[in-house]
Amino acid sequence: MKKLWKGNEAIAEAAIAAGCRYFFGYPITPQNEIPEYMSWRLNEVGGSFVQAESEVSAINMVYGAAGAGGRAMTSSSSPGISLKQEGISYLAGAMVPCVIINMMRSGPGLGGIQPSQGDYFQATKGGGHGDYHCIVYAPASIQEFVDITYKAFDTADRYRVPVMLIGDGMLGQMMEPAEIPPMKNINRLPKKDWAVDCNNGGTQRLINSIKIDANELEEHNIHLAQIYEEIAKKETEVETYLCDDAEYIFVAYGSVARICKASIDELRKEGIKAGLIRPITLYPYPTKTIAKYAKKRIVKKFVTVELSMGQMVEDVRLAVNGKKPVEFYGRAGGNVMMPGDLVKYIKEGK
Amino acid sequence: MKKITISGFGGQGVLSLGKFISYSAMFQNLNTSWLPSYGPEMRGGTSNCSVIYSEEPIAAPVIDHPDYLLAFNDPSLAKFEDSVRPGGTILINSDIVTTDVKRKDVTVYKIPVDTIAQEINPKGGNIIMLGILLELFGDLKEEFAIQAIEHVFENKPKVIPINIECLKKGREYIKNLKK
Repeated sequence: MKKLWKGNEAIAEAAIAAGCRYFFGYPITPQNEIPEYMSWRLNEVGGSFVQAESEVSAINMVYGAAGAGGRAMTSSSSPGISLKQEGISYLAGAMVPCVIINMMRSGPGLGGIQPSQGDYFQATKGGGHGDYHCIVYAPASIQEFVDITYKAFDTADRYRVPVMLIGDGMLGQMMEPAEIPPMKNINRLPKKDWAVDCNNGGTQRLINSIKIDANELEEHNIHLAQIYEEIAKKETEVETYLCDDAEYIFVAYGSVARICKASIDELRKEGIKAGLIRPITLYPYPTKTIAKYAKKRIVKKFVTVELSMGQMVEDVRLAVNGKKPVEFYGRAGGNVMMPGDLVKYIKEGK
Repeated sequence: MKKITISGFGGQGVLSLGKFISYSAMFQNLNTSWLPSYGPEMRGGTSNCSVIYSEEPIAAPVIDHPDYLLAFNDPSLAKFEDSVRPGGTILINSDIVTTDVKRKDVTVYKIPVDTIAQEINPKGGNIIMLGILLELFGDLKEEFAIQAIEHVFENKPKVIPINIECLKKGREYIKNLKK
């Protein structure tokens, strides 16, 4: 049944439905409803909630709980996610699956609490040290946040990688009707033959990320690279909106993609053919889809729209590969563009 | 599709009025979004929310040009008056708002919602406004607004009847005003 959900609370309930029983966090606006909800709800389903003494501590608790085979999650907002980066690198190195939510706020530094997409580089290009990736999703509605959170735990387990979902305060704070999928029976989840969960008949299982021998580490790096390649093949997700006859193609993700859609509807009413490519996964990036449209004669240009001074635009340029102009429209500091701003931009620029 | 900006002091039920509209729309099987301002607003400052409902999926949850502006205090009117689309509607709580609407291309209703609510439920000004909106919108059914009230006050069943009364009173008030 559909209920009117606040974004942050819907994410928390979807995680519990997916079998998440361990949550570790530290408060920061605009994601506080996630730990708040988890604090009472996990108790009802026999899980554990810990408000850690810091973000560094919280992410390492995730490492511990997920390393023991549990479905574990943490959430934060930009400055807090920065603090978690060391732990995320360790999780990736040790191949411990988990789910991390980043409800981005404007930065750099402590910045502000209003919506932003300034953590694109951090989320998709590493964030922590070393040669690793998280799978990064950027849902655009509360239902999509629910559905992706729900499947993120399975995806993380399948590849043994951390999965990150990024949104912003707008998606975290707003309410929309959404339906939570059925509660999974945690006793029926696939067994983890690598988890350090019990004695296992005296066999030793070890989870760590230290590999001092260069050959051993290189082998590990190659193994991770193969996993990322497989993820790119199987997990890339993208939505296209009215692109088939479009002369102007917006590329945007998350809440901004929705603003683009509203602009496209306006532009089309005036006979201007605009469309949208919305990456749902930011890593792996839907390079092929963008490249496909870059080859089309009818397309005049791409306009990347972000709540930053220009980050994803670099990946759009790589995908377009010089075949068409790639422009950038951004707002920052927590200010959000309005549909009319983008209508004006296209009309004045063409 | 209807786009509504609601703004006022914290405590006037501004955010909850938005939720009542969204709940009503959802119970009527429409798409809806409710987006609150969550900035570093001060106590006694203004808070606002953007509410949209539509038969179509809702693209942007932000509103640049609302069809309806509900201004519950003077700063709200000052902040949002210019944003209302030409031909749109501004409703002001005339118990609080003292400034006049300068725009000539919008319909203006000045409604003393707190005075109307006083004898039924002194806290019910926002529900009076909900009743008024039902009448003006024309496409949200009263039964779903009642369902919204019953849902929101699920744990305070005592206040359900007085709020339904406020809803009907608001509706009646605007019907008489329009005559």
